[in-house]
Amino acid sequence: MSDPILSVQNLCVYFELSGDGWFGSKKTLHAVEGVSFDLAKGETLGIVGESGCGKSTLARAVLGLVPITSGAVNFAGRDLAKLSANKLREQRRHLQIIFQDPLSSLDPRMNVGQIIAEPLRSYFPKMNQQERQVKVVEMMRHVGLLPEHINRYPHEFSGGQAQRIGIARALILQPEVVVCDEPVSALDVSIKAQIVNLLADLQAQFGVSMLFIAHDLASVRHVSRRVMVLYLGKVMELAPWDEIYRAPRHPYTQALIQAIPPADPRRARANPAKPLGGELPSPINPPSGCVFRTRCPHTIERCAQEVPVLRPVGGSFVACHLAEQIARPEGFQ
Amino acid sequence: MPGELLLEAKKLSVEFATDEGVVRAVSEVDLELFAGETLAIVGESGSGKSQMLLSILGLVAGNASVTGSARFKGEELVSAAEHRLNEIRGSEIGVVFQDPMTSLNPYLTIGLQLTEPLRLHKGATRKDAAEQAIEMLKSVHISEPERRMDQYPHQLSGGMRQRVAIAMGLICRPQILIADEPTTALDVTVQAQVLSLLREIRERFGTAIILVTHDLGVIAELAERVNVMYAGKIVERGSVDDIFYRCRHPYTEALERSIPQFTEIRPARLDAISGNPPNPVHLPSGCAFHPRCPYRLDVCDQSVPVLESVGPAHAKACFYEGPLLTVTESRA
Repeated sequence: MSDPILSVQNLCVYFELSGDGWFGSKKTLHAVEGVSFDLAKGETLGIVGESGCGKSTLARAVLGLVPITSGAVNFAGRDLAKLSANKLREQRRHLQIIFQDPLSSLDPRMNVGQIIAEPLRSYFPKMNQQERQVKVVEMMRHVGLLPEHINRYPHEFSGGQAQRIGIARALILQPEVVVCDEPVSALDVSIKAQIVNLLADLQAQFGVSMLFIAHDLASVRHVSRRVMVLYLGKVMELAPWDEIYRAPRHPYTQALIQAIPPADPRRARANPAKPLGGELPSPINPPSGCVFRTRCPHTIERCAQEVPVLRPVGGSFVACHLAEQIARPEGFQ
Repeated sequence: MPGELLLEAKKLSVEFATDEGVVRAVSEVDLELFAGETLAIVGESGSGKSQMLLSILGLVAGNASVTGSARFKGEELVSAAEHRLNEIRGSEIGVVFQDPMTSLNPYLTIGLQLTEPLRLHKGATRKDAAEQAIEMLKSVHISEPERRMDQYPHQLSGGMRQRVAIAMGLICRPQILIADEPTTALDVTVQAQVLSLLREIRERFGTAIILVTHDLGVIAELAERVNVMYAGKIVERGSVDDIFYRCRHPYTEALERSIPQFTEIRPARLDAISGNPPNPVHLPSGCAFHPRCPYRLDVCDQSVPVLESVGPAHAKACFYEGPLLTVTESRA
């Protein structure tokens, strides 16, 4: 890989919680625990995990929106965690985010033109009105919005259109990295595909790098060639899509795949979606050793004693003591 | 052979008086539900799928007017008195909503919420009701049911809350369970838990289920018959195999093509449906899907297609008679 645009090293984000009662001891919530990855220029890395796995906290930590407990976020050779507020603000221009709920992430009292122009106003206060207008109209065309709608307000748009406004706002500064935090989860099926296609097109056109966060594997397939699977704040598996598809090695990755209903009645009758047993442990008091062991069908004694490190197995990186022994489960499509 | 006819809707319509004019959310829908079967209603937001069911339950908003007929075992519900609806709801027809956090009362313990319908509808004593509630919590695989009875909803995980909500819907052993997007707010592994639970319940109690969802994966897992709704109308209905392997409506086809699948072959692009769902205040003329339809004919913006039979128990509302591009039996 050529020099990565973004390199995250051993990132930890903890939140201090007050204890029970007045004098209870403080508790620590481990939201992100030792996550490392590189993002190449123009690459999209899919980040997949369920509620509470730390994917959104990870995204916000990368952008400097939540304080980092330890570790480094290197963007273009600089550690963002060590920058002063002013310097960080300067770098943020190159790092943008697209949120899950398009309507709640747009100011209802600003019209579309003002919303998309806001980042320009903030970073280029000297730019004149006309120049700004030209850029906004151009960006509206890129994301498939009609320029004549520039004076409309967010509530006049459907969910899919509102998400296009959010995308235009994120791209107007021509950022290097865009973090997409579940950008299609709140959209209707027929609109989801439009937005996924749009993001893929824009990426090809502008060459931005993306972190694409989703809660299921199927939605990242069309945008990313590499996937990172998170569970309880830790990386379980980091692998190219083809490896994830052909040989998912971590038991949690396998469970995620088996839980997908196949949208094919005959296959569903033969092989119904398989639930993962047990409940998600508390991130305040995670299990010792491997965090997945309490729900893993393959657990051995070693799993409770020794934390598995992320290590290369075949073409993937897997954090599991048994990665070599675990066979591809029955019932894969 | 289908069992007893439990629910029958005829020309059921729901209209809302709004500032922008009258909005017809549901337009002359016919529906049949037989004992023990699972009927799915699929559609996107604004297609009227939830409003149709709320109108059957008498739960529509104050500015709505419901016309047509909806009969539960022959008894008219649309004009039924509130006290009679109260008797039916929760007792004969149970409901599970999308978001368990908003359908459970945060101030009341699980035990109180689970036993209330039993005490109200069945006149059960406190002790009997508690025993039945614990039994029902066991049926929906809640661990330590006795302890959960004294807990509040916020003390449970999302998946557990939805299972408690299902337990509440089932506690009076209703003949019909209406599940309105029961897995949409859940993670995929938790969704699989809820789907397998609904399958189990169907087998164990013989409950007929009306499943409202926009997720075709969920339908393939659970449904026997499917109604596809668009802009307040049913545009196609058939067995689950008709809908997945022999669909005849362009909208059904488009829905199926646009879902991201977990497959190895990675097409460069997803087949997106162009355009946006229509605004219910200003529906397109003729067939409401015509502005987005790749098979559009001249007649489509002028006349409204009606549901016509295209096979045993399979019907479509579409003028286009030719083959659809992607529909081949070989897909199986």
